[in-house]
Amino acid sequence: MLLREVEYAKPGSVAEALELLASNDGARALAGGQTLINVMKARAASPDMLVDLNGLDELRGIELAADGTLTIGAMATYSELMSSAEAKARPILGEVCAQIADVQVRNRGTIGGNVCSNDPTNHLPPLMVAVGARLTIASSDGEREVPADEFFLGVYLTAAGPGELLTRISIPAGKKDGFAAVTLGAEGTCICNAAASVNGNVRVALGCVDAVPVLVTADAPEGVADAVRGANLMPPSDVHASSEYRIHLATVLAERAAAEASSR
Amino acid sequence: MDVTVTVNGTTYERDVEPRKLLIHFLRDDLDLTGSHVGCDTGNCGACSVIVDGVLLKSCMLLAVQADGVTIETVEGLSEDGELTQLQQAFNEHHALQCGYCTPGMLMSATALLRENASPSEEEVKKALQGNICRCTGYWNIVEAVKAVAR
Repeated sequence: MLLREVEYAKPGSVAEALELLASNDGARALAGGQTLINVMKARAASPDMLVDLNGLDELRGIELAADGTLTIGAMATYSELMSSAEAKARPILGEVCAQIADVQVRNRGTIGGNVCSNDPTNHLPPLMVAVGARLTIASSDGEREVPADEFFLGVYLTAAGPGELLTRISIPAGKKDGFAAVTLGAEGTCICNAAASVNGNVRVALGCVDAVPVLVTADAPEGVADAVRGANLMPPSDVHASSEYRIHLATVLAERAAAEASSR
Repeated sequence: MDVTVTVNGTTYERDVEPRKLLIHFLRDDLDLTGSHVGCDTGNCGACSVIVDGVLLKSCMLLAVQADGVTIETVEGLSEDGELTQLQQAFNEHHALQCGYCTPGMLMSATALLRENASPSEEEVKKALQGNICRCTGYWNIVEAVKAVAR
């Protein structure tokens, strides 16, 4: 497929990337491109300029602090999260990344691209909410840190606005996490998913049921189903699942994810 | 934009439009038509190539992003016309019918065997998940890769 004409820029630093994004209205950041290039083929997105973040070492790397906090560069790929010794400090990260698409996509697709695209069927937005990630957004004015439950604003819409860039994601220490999904084929697109984390209470973030991940909490895994029912979900119906069926899936998957989290 | 890229050991310099996908650059500009366009949506894997040692789908990369990299395509697998062990195994196990997916299958299996010389059947299947075949039912492809596994 021939894309619409587009300018291409390869900045040498995050500062330069921000400058390019801020000074060109039609500019979009290009991370792994495993979503963006495809939506450009379909003309669902037609940026005038692509600002290629590949090659910016500042946005790479996975670091583990002494207190167990993980700091993940936005351009870390799914494959890197699966193989990184540091990322094993929070095992659910690699486990969920291993369920995304296939080897080729995992070798190129990035954690930053997954959360910034905020497709409601993506795996990582609910996971980031469940584990209480904090996301650092840079702009020409400096940096700010946004908690995951405030980062996702709408379908394809996040707190990283025009002229801004997600640079890194900070994830606190923890091991008691779970993830469950019903997908189109093994490891395909999610019809419904749930990420859970136990830290005192149980936090479950549901994906595919609203424009943004829906967070429910309960005192114990046994209370999760009631918590989901109390969230009054109104998910969309589509060819894969009716709204009612998605609510059913959300309840079951929330229980499964919570049970997995509490068993670890 | 000027792009300098090394493909199968040969260095090419070309002027490329930023909107051109890497698969079209390989096929149309470099005349390396071994890599195929199957779905053009990132699903089928017929365009899989190895870029700086990493298996990728070349329909989801821009050609300009390949500036300075080293690419391996299916044309580069065999030296001097001798089939590789893997290609020979595909032949012996009847691991292709129409052959359209075969370049991608070979590249994915090559990448797997470099990383893991003795994959289990499960690991072979996982490694080929990004490559769709509409003829064989996959069975003989998995058999061929297993035959090469040590």
